[in-house]
Amino acid sequence: MARTPDGPPPPPTVQKLRLRYTKRGPLRFASHRDLARALERALRRAQVPMAFSAGFSPHPKISYMGAAPTGAASEAEYFEIGLSARRDPEQVRAALDASLPPGIDVLECVEAVEGSGSLADRLDATRWRIDLPGVDADELSAAVQAFLAQEVVLVAKRTKNGTKDVDAREAVVSAAVAVEAGCAILLVVVRQLTPTVRPDDVMAALAAVADLHPPLPARAVREAQGRLDDSGDVADPLGPDRVASSRCQGEPAQV
Amino acid sequence: MTVESLYPRLEPLLAQVQKPIQYVGGELNAQVKPWDDVAVHWALMYPDAYEVGLPNQGLMILYEVLNERPDALAERTYAVWPDLAGLMREHGVGQFTVDAHRPVREFDLLGVSFATELGYTNLLEALDLAGVPLHAVDRDESHPVVVAGGHAAFNPEPVSDFVDCAVLGDGEQVVGDMTDVVAAWKEQGRPGGRVELLARLARVDGVYVPRFYGVSYAADGTIAEVRRTRDDVPAKVAKRTVMDLDEWPYPKQPLVPLAESVHERMSVEIFRGCTRGCRFCQAGMITRPVRERTITGIGSMVDAGLKATGYEEVGLLSLSSADHSEIGQLAKELADRYEGTNTGLSLPSTRVDAFNVTLANELSRNGRRSGLTFAPEGGSERIRRVINKTVSKEDLVRTVTTAYANGWRQVKLYFMCGLPTETDEDVLEIAELAVEVIRAGREASGSKDIRCTVSIGGFVPKPHTPFQWAAQASAETIDHRLKILREAINADRRIGRSIGLRYHDGKPGVIEGLLSRGDRRVGRVIERVWRDGGHFDGWSEHFSYQRWVTAAAEELAAFGVDLDWYTTRERTEHEVLPWDHLDSGLDKEWLWDDWQDAISEDEVGDCRWTGCYDCGVCPTMGTDIQIGPTGRSLLPLTPVGR
Repeated sequence: MARTPDGPPPPPTVQKLRLRYTKRGPLRFASHRDLARALERALRRAQVPMAFSAGFSPHPKISYMGAAPTGAASEAEYFEIGLSARRDPEQVRAALDASLPPGIDVLECVEAVEGSGSLADRLDATRWRIDLPGVDADELSAAVQAFLAQEVVLVAKRTKNGTKDVDAREAVVSAAVAVEAGCAILLVVVRQLTPTVRPDDVMAALAAVADLHPPLPARAVREAQGRLDDSGDVADPLGPDRVASSRCQGEPAQV
Repeated sequence: MTVESLYPRLEPLLAQVQKPIQYVGGELNAQVKPWDDVAVHWALMYPDAYEVGLPNQGLMILYEVLNERPDALAERTYAVWPDLAGLMREHGVGQFTVDAHRPVREFDLLGVSFATELGYTNLLEALDLAGVPLHAVDRDESHPVVVAGGHAAFNPEPVSDFVDCAVLGDGEQVVGDMTDVVAAWKEQGRPGGRVELLARLARVDGVYVPRFYGVSYAADGTIAEVRRTRDDVPAKVAKRTVMDLDEWPYPKQPLVPLAESVHERMSVEIFRGCTRGCRFCQAGMITRPVRERTITGIGSMVDAGLKATGYEEVGLLSLSSADHSEIGQLAKELADRYEGTNTGLSLPSTRVDAFNVTLANELSRNGRRSGLTFAPEGGSERIRRVINKTVSKEDLVRTVTTAYANGWRQVKLYFMCGLPTETDEDVLEIAELAVEVIRAGREASGSKDIRCTVSIGGFVPKPHTPFQWAAQASAETIDHRLKILREAINADRRIGRSIGLRYHDGKPGVIEGLLSRGDRRVGRVIERVWRDGGHFDGWSEHFSYQRWVTAAAEELAAFGVDLDWYTTRERTEHEVLPWDHLDSGLDKEWLWDDWQDAISEDEVGDCRWTGCYDCGVCPTMGTDIQIGPTGRSLLPLTPVGR
């Protein structure tokens, strides 16, 4: 017979919030597990009324999705929380932001609207900005052209089951080169396939096709994450909730 | 003079190492003060990996106490893993603090907390990475004063070549006194240079400066004499004792790392010291007398700490937490306060006592009942009398059975192996005990889904304990006894499959023994091991027994002593021990008598309940036992997360 804890079941989820946060500065070295711990503790400090799972080891209802790799900075990380009491999203955002260390900044918080679909499904591409100090912009452009001209570029990727060859070319939607303050920058939109093609895989692909080897470590920032739109850019994944909630709470929807 | 951050040069290296988050700082409640605003700069080091060092209470307390002073700042530094250490050497980046990434080389003092002697090689690695000369005599005024603290500092002789001072006892007050001395010396224009500064520090109570004490040796290799070389330093250095814990409610703002650490919880020290009198236990001997924090003091620290950290679990720490005079009421009132908040409360391993099951039930009444840990330490009743940890076999089985009957499915039992007078039979009784526990537990709980884990390690005799004279068991003896124990447990598979055995082989314990009871001659062994690539000796994947054995044989030969001489040799009553000039308050004659009582299997009571037995601490140190009950209770509060 399965044992069940004494006492009443935990209160149900009455509100779902979706949040966007950053991973900036030295905190780019945090892993997704480090961030999960930090967010859960910050939610407790900020006294956000979390809903919990039932059972002997109740867990707060939090879903993390599409975490940027350790070492990559991000302006667009997302997670979703379930609350046991309703709260104003903006107040939750401010309280959570205040209780997190500098570098993990909570930028947005919106209420997930019933029927607007899952957030994870809206995160299928990333726009990366990869700063390449010490790399010549022309050499980078040539490498990018060579890469884009290929049908398939296999790179070796370490996975749980050893090394695996992954096609880095298939995942790349677009790639462009810019220069800022004398530093060559690669702007690349990448589809989030399985296994995920990450900035270091893109760099490995450039090394493979054009022998590009940056003298200093590349610095990647996830600038945006969301659904690939028709123009090949990345759409705001919180957009559908914002639209739906302004309809519910604001003026009557025009039909 | 302002000090530049090393971070811009460190950052490109971090992309190339494992778990870079441990080097970036920025923990919740970390502090960074402007360098030029203060007179005295402390770097505080825990000489092990960040994940082990960050939760250390001692370091956290001193960090906060020092940073509260307007004239001082404190930053933290930890042992750097070999992958980053290699890159730092290649790129000329020195040992840094994680708070502001300032070079350790630039601080006035480097305080190193040694919970275990196996951190010594990590000190040498950090000094070398920092660009600080390894040997104290080679340092000048521009180098930090290297200060050893922690329990291992009660015999700092093996590292006396490398440290400038050692601090004995509680650190809260002495770091302030040392800060005053350094501030005044700097203010006066550093008169007399480094030697004068060290002489002034040597006059601070609790501070030992090894260079002002000379050691001579007799023909048989033992110490002939330890004599001070200046009149203005104490002949014997006595430990410091903080007498009112409620006046020192630290850490108030516990550090919360982003990285995973070995203790994912907040800790509140509910009392300091222990007078149970377990003869193997150095902590229990050197931290006397017992000083309790009051129930109300504990209640407010738990509340403030949870608010400051967001942790889900609070550990009520001490050497034997169930012995707090108000523990029953404390457990009940804390459990009441945090009911329905998903906040867990826990006690570290406890004595074998049915009352502790009741306590654990209370503390876990909102949450899960997964595991309970007891520490009988010795396998047979006879050996438990030797170590003065008396519990009968019947009581032990009854207590563990009660735990299973109360819904605890997993019980862990801690034992030691290689205790003085121990025979194979004493160790084999552990197997009998475990089998009986499982049999009775299955019956009491009506379930086969219960487990007992036997966790066992080799005993290492420690300074300032009744066993300081004892012969340590050899690695071969330990390994043999662990082998027969494993065979005995596995003899009956129907029961044995419910019993887990966790053990450490005997080799690291031998080296810990060398370092624990070593004298100044052992310093050469430590340096040689480090030069041959040794560090992180507390980690089995980095520890090399052979490296230590070779270094000990080669470096000690000139002195006519060897590894066995330091470890498996029993000392005689009047041998001068390397730490005799360091005063833990315990009377050496009392320790000897207690050692003799151990051999004749005589037990001693606890002075909290059975009257003083003259261990010597209170009269020598001018202290007294401080226990409740206070009769107070916790005020109602609205806790976080309800």
